[in-house]
Amino acid sequence: MAEIKLACNIVSQVEAICDKHNNDPGELINILHEAQSLQGYIPEEMQRLIAAKLGIPASKVYGVVTFYTFFTMTPKGRHPISVCMGTACYVRGAEKILDELKRRLGIDVGETTPDGKFSLDCLRCVGACGLAPVIMIGEKVYGRLQAADIKNILDELE
Amino acid sequence: MTKFTISDLEKLRVSAAANLTLRESSNTLTSGICCSLSTGTPKMQILVCGGTGCKASASHTIADNLKSAIERENAGDRVEVITTGCFGFCEKGPVVKIIPDNTFYVHVKPEDADEIVKKHIIGGERVSRLLYTDPKDGHAVSDSKHIDFYRKQVRIALRNCGFIDPENIDEYIARDGYRALAEALSGKRSRQDVIDEIKKSGLRGRGGGGFPTGLKWELTAKEKSDIKYVVCNADEGDPGAFMDRSIMEGDPNSIIEAMTICGYAIGASKGLVYIRAEYPLAIHRLRVAISQAENYGLLGKDILGSGFDFDIEIRYGAGAFVCGEETALIHSMEGKRGEPTLKPPFPAQSGYKGKPTNVNNVETLANVPVILQRGAEWFASIGTEKSKGTKVFALAGKINNVGLIEVPMGTTLREVIYEIGGGIKNGKKFKAVQTGGPSGGCLTEKHLDTPIDFDNLVAAGSMMGSGGMIVMDEDDCMVSVARFYLDFTVEESCGKCVPCRIGNKRLLEILNKITEGKGTMDDLKMLETLGRTIKDTALCGLGQTSPNPVLSTLENFYDEYVAHVKKKECPAKQCKALLTYAINPVKCMGCNLCAKHCPAEAIVGTTRKPHVIIQEKCIRCGMCLSRCKFNAIVVC
Repeated sequence: MAEIKLACNIVSQVEAICDKHNNDPGELINILHEAQSLQGYIPEEMQRLIAAKLGIPASKVYGVVTFYTFFTMTPKGRHPISVCMGTACYVRGAEKILDELKRRLGIDVGETTPDGKFSLDCLRCVGACGLAPVIMIGEKVYGRLQAADIKNILDELE
Repeated sequence: MTKFTISDLEKLRVSAAANLTLRESSNTLTSGICCSLSTGTPKMQILVCGGTGCKASASHTIADNLKSAIERENAGDRVEVITTGCFGFCEKGPVVKIIPDNTFYVHVKPEDADEIVKKHIIGGERVSRLLYTDPKDGHAVSDSKHIDFYRKQVRIALRNCGFIDPENIDEYIARDGYRALAEALSGKRSRQDVIDEIKKSGLRGRGGGGFPTGLKWELTAKEKSDIKYVVCNADEGDPGAFMDRSIMEGDPNSIIEAMTICGYAIGASKGLVYIRAEYPLAIHRLRVAISQAENYGLLGKDILGSGFDFDIEIRYGAGAFVCGEETALIHSMEGKRGEPTLKPPFPAQSGYKGKPTNVNNVETLANVPVILQRGAEWFASIGTEKSKGTKVFALAGKINNVGLIEVPMGTTLREVIYEIGGGIKNGKKFKAVQTGGPSGGCLTEKHLDTPIDFDNLVAAGSMMGSGGMIVMDEDDCMVSVARFYLDFTVEESCGKCVPCRIGNKRLLEILNKITEGKGTMDDLKMLETLGRTIKDTALCGLGQTSPNPVLSTLENFYDEYVAHVKKKECPAKQCKALLTYAINPVKCMGCNLCAKHCPAEAIVGTTRKPHVIIQEKCIRCGMCLSRCKFNAIVVC
């Protein structure tokens, strides 16, 4: 097993989460939700640690992490951007918004800018279809967008 | 903690109902007068939509500002601000409603709060600029009952959404909440009676499959086991459908009551709600409702003194569309990858942790308490022969009135799109309506007068699905819409069976080829053959229905596919690889605006002289088209 390089306090927090769920493999998804909330992503070492605590192979944890889109192994940017790719947004031009974001940030979906400022993701329906097309940056929803609005939105974020 | 008996519940119902009289009376009010404190109305309420859509437009700030404005007017004891669930009319959000005169304000901004309070609440004059304008005649409509969007709706599953405060269980109880449960537990209805009533009502699963709910309950009830489970499937993954979320946000207690009734009927004492982690507000409201129900003893041990125990736990999904399939959902709840398994065994026989499990969708459950209160005959009198009751649809896309609607089964697409939906946006021509999400198909003009029900939609080559309804106009390319859905399915395929994992990938590759202008006529044949094979051979509902968007567009829009293949043309001007942007020198004023905004620096020209697009540099982003004020950009 690879050496675990997580910070000590993170290790103890992950262990506490597992203990809280009685180290029950049936609770794996709930454990991963809580573990991800610590740093915003679930690095390999954290997966190994959870596997060891629950007494299951690391491959099993990895299998679950990679199966569900909510879990991620890459750190998010300070301003995580999610483009809604629900059908309502798609027919109202979400793809053009996404293209513009990719072009301006120079990254693809699932990536983070080298300075750690922005990360780009797609999500399926925010449920604000009346405002389509929408993107979310952090918790904030930007609606009724055009590709031309993107520059100003990005410029305003520190 | 107050442990309720049935008579306590009835007492609370009477006192809580008094608080709702104001709102109930506004439902029948016809006078059209504008009420205000200065004209002697003793008590008023302001309902603010607290659904996710309106919250995204700062409806919580509107509520806060209204409260402070009321404070400033010293009217805090006579005017109450209540945050409700979703009103459904998302296009016009944020929405604010004044009770008792039922005035409906649309597109409200936080800075409008002061005017609403001063002018309307205190002064007795409506803020006319915030009223809804009927697009047909341009007249302002003040009472929501007279707005076309609401007039044709019959709200059963959404009965309390936008009406009660979802974080106050008393308001649910006042609306006959927990009455059906109390009746069942008091011995007035045996377990079999409950099941029979649901069977007689003809209620079918609203999550997509349309399986008879009563029969599902009966199958689980028949299994002999010490432990059984009731699962609420709230993993709403269909992009563009948000009815389940709205019900949980607007009326969470209806789900709790229905699950408890189901538990009683099938002999289960444990309920689980499997909900998308992306729904923080719904999770919050569900948690509040569960703890309030526990406090009243409507959940937990010995419910209403009947000896029946039932509790509910929340499980989070983690973003996998396939988990809407019940066997996949159960595996996910067990902490595993959400891969479906072959049925039988059905969850009714062997489900969560190998025990008999009954899985129902949120909207299905929301109908249960009403059916038991008002009777199976009443419910069965609404709808068509084989599809009873109503269905909630998330109406979106190129339509004027985007929102959540509930209509009786058998309503036609024309009524939904043109009367409730207010027709196509910007006066464009209707092209297609997509129902059933990634599992459904595209219906065209010839289907507009088809009554919507489970069987008619399948016969027309689509399906009900969970109720997403996306309207498309002449500017939408049906090949790229099919590609969009396939892209979704390929991403969401769990990878377990070959037809879905590999077949859909091949379908997507062919569609990409066609939209890039590299398709051949053989490819069209291949799409059809491969699509049918996947339908016949995939393991679960996701795979079996995934080719539907392709097959239905092939059938209804074959010419459009042919145009992409033979003429290398996208008739809707959407497929980038097939487009050329050019500048009409006659119309171009040489204002430089396009050149300034062109991200690829592909536009050249001197001021006040016609500009030119250098085709080699053009990335076809359409920025020039959206910027030009003289309609000088031509797409061909």
